Amino acid sequence: MQFSLLILGSPYSSQSVGTAHRFAEATLESGHSLYRIFFYHDGVYCGNQLSCPPQDEPNIPAQWSALAAQHDIDLVVCIASALKRGVIDSDEAERYEQSAANLAANFSISGLGQLIDANIHSDRVITFGP
Amino acid sequence: MAPKRTLIVCRKPPYGNALAREALDVALTAAVFEQPLAMLFIGDGVWQLLDQQDSAGIKQKNHSKVISAFPLYELTELYIDADAMQQRQLSHDHFVVAVKPLAADELGDFIARFDTVLSF
Repeated sequence: MQFSLLILGSPYSSQSVGTAHRFAEATLESGHSLYRIFFYHDGVYCGNQLSCPPQDEPNIPAQWSALAAQHDIDLVVCIASALKRGVIDSDEAERYEQSAANLAANFSISGLGQLIDANIHSDRVITFGP
Repeated sequence: MAPKRTLIVCRKPPYGNALAREALDVALTAAVFEQPLAMLFIGDGVWQLLDQQDSAGIKQKNHSKVISAFPLYELTELYIDADAMQQRQLSHDHFVVAVKPLAADELGDFIARFDTVLSF
């Protein structure tokens, strides 16, 4: 079965983000596939490469980047949610004349159409709330 | 392949959390993609439907203006949790668009009829 995930929670505030990560791993371990993981609302902070958690806490953006690298998963942060929260890639940084970009590896920035596309092409879309 | 039927569940009040507004953005995008779509307002989400909202004092965009534009996007399948409406002493006269009430014991079967559910 093909799954997509919609992630709304902020990585260091909401446990749902960790739950989503374990769900993604379990999905792949069970032989299912992940079409896309879409980060919306405060979920876009999962794409902030500059997160510096203490050593005894997980680096959540790095965990998602690693999962995507290992299994070739499409990680998309919503452009409208991300830019106003300061999660930005180098193209957008240039467009908005910002001095730096911080989008974590293996993430891309795109529009809500990617969520609708995931909804069309997946057997299940699972929402992980805020 | 028949197009999928999607339900967007709105649970948050219109102000105080950006999710209410972001759910509307998803609905409008789905409508632009011509996806069959219904929306269900439950719990405090029923406040989103109120007519005569004035958000100028908190410098937020007016939520009811977006909802009142739904018919232009052919978003007309709108449902409301009748219990939540009654608990808040709301009637259909208070709403900016027409919504169909669903009793609490109908909600489960109703939601199960959709291929996918996005919950905000």
